[in-house]
Amino acid sequence: MLDADFFRRWMTATAASVEREADRLTALDSPIGDADHGSNLRRGFAAVTATLEKEAPDTPGGVLTVSGRQLISTVGGASGPLYGTLLRRTGKALGDAAEVSEAEFATAFRTGVEAVMTLGGAAPGDKTMIDALLPAVDALGDGFGAARTAAEQGALATTPLQARKGRASYLGERSIGHQDPGATSAALLVAALTEAHGD
Amino acid sequence: MRMLINVPETVVADALRGMAAAHPELTVDVENRVIVRRDAPVAGKVALVSGGGSGHEPLHGGFVGPGMLSAACPGEVFTSPVPDQMLRAAAAVNSGAGVLFIVKNYTGDVLNFDMAAELAEDEGIQVAKVLVNDDVAVTDSLYTAGRRGTGATLFVEKIAGAAADEGQPLERVEAIGRQVNENSRSFGVALSACSTPAKGSPTFDLPDGELELGVGIHGEPGRERRPMMTSGEIAEFAVDAVLDDMSPRNPVLVLVNGMGATPLLELYGFNAEVQRILTARGVAVARTLVGNYVTSLDMAGASVTLCQVDGELLRLWDAPVRTAGLRWGM
Repeated sequence: MLDADFFRRWMTATAASVEREADRLTALDSPIGDADHGSNLRRGFAAVTATLEKEAPDTPGGVLTVSGRQLISTVGGASGPLYGTLLRRTGKALGDAAEVSEAEFATAFRTGVEAVMTLGGAAPGDKTMIDALLPAVDALGDGFGAARTAAEQGALATTPLQARKGRASYLGERSIGHQDPGATSAALLVAALTEAHGD
Repeated sequence: MRMLINVPETVVADALRGMAAAHPELTVDVENRVIVRRDAPVAGKVALVSGGGSGHEPLHGGFVGPGMLSAACPGEVFTSPVPDQMLRAAAAVNSGAGVLFIVKNYTGDVLNFDMAAELAEDEGIQVAKVLVNDDVAVTDSLYTAGRRGTGATLFVEKIAGAAADEGQPLERVEAIGRQVNENSRSFGVALSACSTPAKGSPTFDLPDGELELGVGIHGEPGRERRPMMTSGEIAEFAVDAVLDDMSPRNPVLVLVNGMGATPLLELYGFNAEVQRILTARGVAVARTLVGNYVTSLDMAGASVTLCQVDGELLRLWDAPVRTAGLRWGM
């Protein structure tokens, strides 16, 4: 079973990995975006960990909704609402339970990913964070390690795609050949699940 | 890359502190990043709120004041502001007559303003929205996020701002804003990439002797790259790209807009070419504005925006305005 502490560790691990990889995210965002994905997410997840230290929700759902709201309030751009919605809607789907099973988390996470698809209007293959998140959701039944591998492969597989959503879409064919920064950061978020779990 | 900054993290706050010192007629909330005209809320008047990433100055903070915006919320450099800022701005300027959000069509701006509109309505503030999407370099299709919002934002903010100052109701101010957007088209050209403070180096490589056609205002490359052209050839390409997408029957407003690093000497020369080509194409010009208004940090280059105006829109364009970045008639 996964408790509120697990979800706090997930957020902290994500913040640490975004901090570590911020320069790489920004570098990926440079040829096809505007070179700020790393700095924006770093600011947002730093605010998330600061908030979780101050007010510590005692349910998994509470941790994720507070984190999502914090991202919306601090990140800006498209990443703020999209990541914020992912965590908020996942958290809301988890409800008030003090502990949730991995299967319950997988179902809730799918709800969150679907909310992101609705908000951003992106489908698989559009070269967005969905290309890492959806394979991860599909693999979650086989454990966090499988989800991590699926997300990382999904992020790598965005390289040959032409972007159809977000700022990279304005480049048309010139977006081909660059790994999507959003899919890359989404893979970091999924990978942090294994760290929180101690895999 | 040499920049006149302290550290990238405080660039926006530092600029807001400086703006506050220079413009006592504005209320600048540096911590929450909201710029408000000092006399807001103005009783009975629809309030106009816009915002977007920083790095496009004077857009939007420089257009706050009588005759134009009621408030602006600057985000991080090239990053949309967050809904909290927009909500705070809306609450500060709402007189009960409602608030019009003017939003450039970029995914982040759209999503954050949508969230803010929901929050504002929860607080009983009536909100309407005009989406600006004038850039013909990006074709609109089912498969893209649609055209970008660029130079026409200035036309929408000025003309809708004048309508609001006259005391016109929210639906009417919104309709005028939409009409201005629908009547406007833009095309931009970069002679150099810009450098964001966070990255500290150019956002794309543009070798000497080449230029990017069809750029936006966020340092992203454009739709194609060509060997360097003369001012006249660039003007011809830009004006024709715009006219391919509109056939003005009425006179047009012309905005020859600098991207930030192109001097007025070059912009006026470029405007001479733009006017020559418009005359050759049989397009009548009502008014022309030349300068750095919708910029992209230190990018060199220019954009051309045309807006077809009838007598009413032209009257609203000519109405007095007093802001840091645009001022006439008062």
